[in-house]
Amino acid sequence: MHLLSLLIWLPLFGSALVLAAGDQRPVLARWLALLLMLGALALCVPLYGGFDSSTAAMQFVEKMPWIEAFNIHYHLGVDGFSMPLVLLTCFFGVIVVVASWTSIQQRVAQYMAAFLLLQGLMVGVFVALDGMLFYIFFEAMLIPMFLIIGIWGGERRVYATLKFFLYTFFGSVFMLVGLIWLYLQSGSFDILAWHDFPLSLQAQKWLFMAFFIAFAVKVPMWPVHTWLPDAHVEAPTGGSVILAAIMLKIGGYGFLRFSLPITPDGSAALDWLIIALSLIAIVYIGLVALVQLDMKKLIAYSSIAHMGFATLGFFVVVSIVREAGVTDAANMGLTGGMVQMISHGFISGALFLCVGVLYDRTHSRQIRDYGGVAISMPWFATFAVLFFMANTGLPGTSGFVGEFFVILSSFAANFWYAALAALTLILSAGYSLYLVKRVFFGDIKNKAVAEMQDLNKREFAILGILALAVLLLGVWPNPLVELMQPSVEQLLSHIALSKVSGS
Amino acid sequence: MTAVDLMLALPELFILFMTCVIMLVGLWLPRDRQGLISFMSVMTLVFAAIILLGWDDSNPSAVDYAFNAAFVRDQMADVLKLTAFILLGAIFIYARQYLRVFKMAILEYHVLSLFMLLGAMVLISSASMLTVYLGLELIALPSYALVALRRDDKRATEAAMKYFVLGSLASGLLLYGLSMIYGVTGTLSLAQVANITSMGNNTVLVLGLIFVVIGIAFKLGVVPLHMWIPDVYEGAPAAVTILISSVPKLAAFAMAIRLLSDGMGNMQEHWMSMLVVLATLSIVLGNLVAIAQSNIKRMLAYSTIAHMGFMLLGLLTGTDQGFSASMFYAIVYAIMSAGAFAVIILLSQHGVEAENLDDYKGLNKRSPWLALMMLMLMFSLAGVPVFAGFFAKWLVIQAVLDAGMVWLAVLAVVFSVIGAFYYLRVVKLMYFDEPDSDEAIIVPADFRAALTLNGSAQLLLGIFANILIALCVASF
Repeated sequence: MHLLSLLIWLPLFGSALVLAAGDQRPVLARWLALLLMLGALALCVPLYGGFDSSTAAMQFVEKMPWIEAFNIHYHLGVDGFSMPLVLLTCFFGVIVVVASWTSIQQRVAQYMAAFLLLQGLMVGVFVALDGMLFYIFFEAMLIPMFLIIGIWGGERRVYATLKFFLYTFFGSVFMLVGLIWLYLQSGSFDILAWHDFPLSLQAQKWLFMAFFIAFAVKVPMWPVHTWLPDAHVEAPTGGSVILAAIMLKIGGYGFLRFSLPITPDGSAALDWLIIALSLIAIVYIGLVALVQLDMKKLIAYSSIAHMGFATLGFFVVVSIVREAGVTDAANMGLTGGMVQMISHGFISGALFLCVGVLYDRTHSRQIRDYGGVAISMPWFATFAVLFFMANTGLPGTSGFVGEFFVILSSFAANFWYAALAALTLILSAGYSLYLVKRVFFGDIKNKAVAEMQDLNKREFAILGILALAVLLLGVWPNPLVELMQPSVEQLLSHIALSKVSGS
Repeated sequence: MTAVDLMLALPELFILFMTCVIMLVGLWLPRDRQGLISFMSVMTLVFAAIILLGWDDSNPSAVDYAFNAAFVRDQMADVLKLTAFILLGAIFIYARQYLRVFKMAILEYHVLSLFMLLGAMVLISSASMLTVYLGLELIALPSYALVALRRDDKRATEAAMKYFVLGSLASGLLLYGLSMIYGVTGTLSLAQVANITSMGNNTVLVLGLIFVVIGIAFKLGVVPLHMWIPDVYEGAPAAVTILISSVPKLAAFAMAIRLLSDGMGNMQEHWMSMLVVLATLSIVLGNLVAIAQSNIKRMLAYSTIAHMGFMLLGLLTGTDQGFSASMFYAIVYAIMSAGAFAVIILLSQHGVEAENLDDYKGLNKRSPWLALMMLMLMFSLAGVPVFAGFFAKWLVIQAVLDAGMVWLAVLAVVFSVIGAFYYLRVVKLMYFDEPDSDEAIIVPADFRAALTLNGSAQLLLGIFANILIALCVASF
């Protein structure tokens, strides 16, 4: 069974099929897309069932030669890091199709085709084990997103989408130079072989910087984050959801798959850089989020702050491992970062869907246009408040688990890291609750709000499932944590060893 | 001259023979039956391809010489010639409707194009400085005439004049350089030149080399010998621009390989530094100036300059890996360029050249198929994976890194990001803007088939890049 190939190619071929259905038949296009997304999700069942979470080895491996002249292989596999992200991707594939069911009326087939394309490519990024294959998926992904924001976006969509494309393209070309350089040194594009390939400290530092530029733009980290608020604000709801829930995670995943294992000594030498930028993201961007007037922009800034937690967790680990060995605190940093990524996927996705629900009704994202939504839409308000609470890291929701782990781990590294990171509990509570107060509570602001209909069945189902996921992950994160434990431990012991040859 | 000599050059002889036949038949055809010329020309190319492939290829890596070692047939020559046949066949299909609408001389167009192809084939297979010059002129003379084919068009005649004057100057300089090399070595054969230059350096040889590099740079159109490109691309009818931007680029690449690698490979230290300057200037200037263009033909002209700069990146390394990377680049670029100009030709069907970028507004609404093809071509030109253009850029950057020139690789990737902007702008116009007119776009069936192939070739040459890469690697 080529499960991983199926997960990539089913949506890719599906997108051609949907495109062939044509824009004249929107109903057919929608159902076809839903069917394909459900098919991909169904494929995740045997994938999850067949996954052995007691080993850190790559599973469901597929390997065949692709470009023999340069030793490039079509090499796929999943481990504890990529598995949850693949599941998350397939899950959100279904969600965006359902969420866009009625809000997209223009060129439906092209819209659905773009999302199917995006889905196949994103799964490809997570399961590729060949450097060139990874890069191709990583870059090709920009094309459908560029079109999604540009065609179905808001007023300043052209500016936003060009900025998005050029920023991320600029970041990743340096990674390309790094990957080629690695190939010339090691004679292969195999990522797993690169993990064990000895490199001098100087080389590792350069490589680390090349990877850093690519992934920092993707995460995004301060100060290269400015494309994200623009892209989020202008993107259609589905685009925002995928952008926040999946695409940002690719940056974090890149750090785990490339930076930490390939350049462990480079990471140890330069971890201060990422830690500093993460802390700036957490504190400064949290403050920026406080003053936003646009709901989508606020959530976008909150995303940057929360992703700062994931990168903080990944890189505080390096100094802990190098000084104290593979300890529980180190384990908690990596695990916490991963849990934070998955949890942020659910929460930010849900929050953008909530804004989409409001936007579909009043065509405004401005906070000042709302007030008293809880009175006219009680069910919706229940869900939305739950997601905003999860965003602040309320215990019992998934947002708590990751942040708690990361803060604990930071304590072991440096008291001040933890102290600064913990500020987020105040800041995120500040901007989330302030928004909740202004939008949901109080008196009904105007006629438009008074006339809003509560959730229909479709919206109820989507938000309900997401709420369930957020709560489940909050009270019982064990399945997720156990799934990645072997991979986390392996990566930790890998970082502990120096790769500098001869030392 | 033996029978084997003739057999080796059979595709060339066949093209020459058929061109003469077409010329004679065309003279007797009445005006309303001229469609036959296009058909015959395409069939000529099909059979030429069959003859080329039919050559007994028991040893594909063999290098066969003919006509007293003036003509060489190796794998590089075969691959490039085959590409040229396919491209020219597609161009004839693209041009059919355009020539009728613009009332251009159909017979002359085809015959001159076929002569140009013949010149390209001779140049690709040249093993002596004489055949180099022969092939070069056989490309250049029909090109001048083709640009001026719409003789009442002021811009076209001006462009032709400019092209002719500058082209002759470049030919003269090349000839001057070749004569210096001949003066020192006493031989025209490039293989013998290679033997003699290995003995040591000589000032006259270096001087000759400089003139040769100038000649090559002019044919490729790299900075600072690029001035003719924007004017000729803009001034010539789209059906001629598509010719100039595709087949001769393959030949110019081959010329560089024959002269610099086969002939003067031992003087690499000299030509490498020259090519580094040419490549850097082209990549920088081409990409920056293209951003400022509002005319799509001029934009693509500057994009050509930038792409040829990229192509030089592989050549200048002087390694087999670099040569094969450049070969891949030249082939992929010729295909991309042909596709992009085909879209311009198609949109010019109402008797006005669709050369303003605004003519592409809302193309996705007018014809989703055409917009999708152009989208793939633009992303391929921009070098975004998984399209073929990415693999071309990757290979040359890899060659440059392998040669230890990290700064050049970084410069190349940075400017490929800057270059992505103007290709994205075309995509933006097609997909994000509303159309100005609702005029229907009529697409002949053969045109649709050819452009579909050309567009999806970007995707297929990307996904199955291994095949073409293997061919290019085996050529060196």
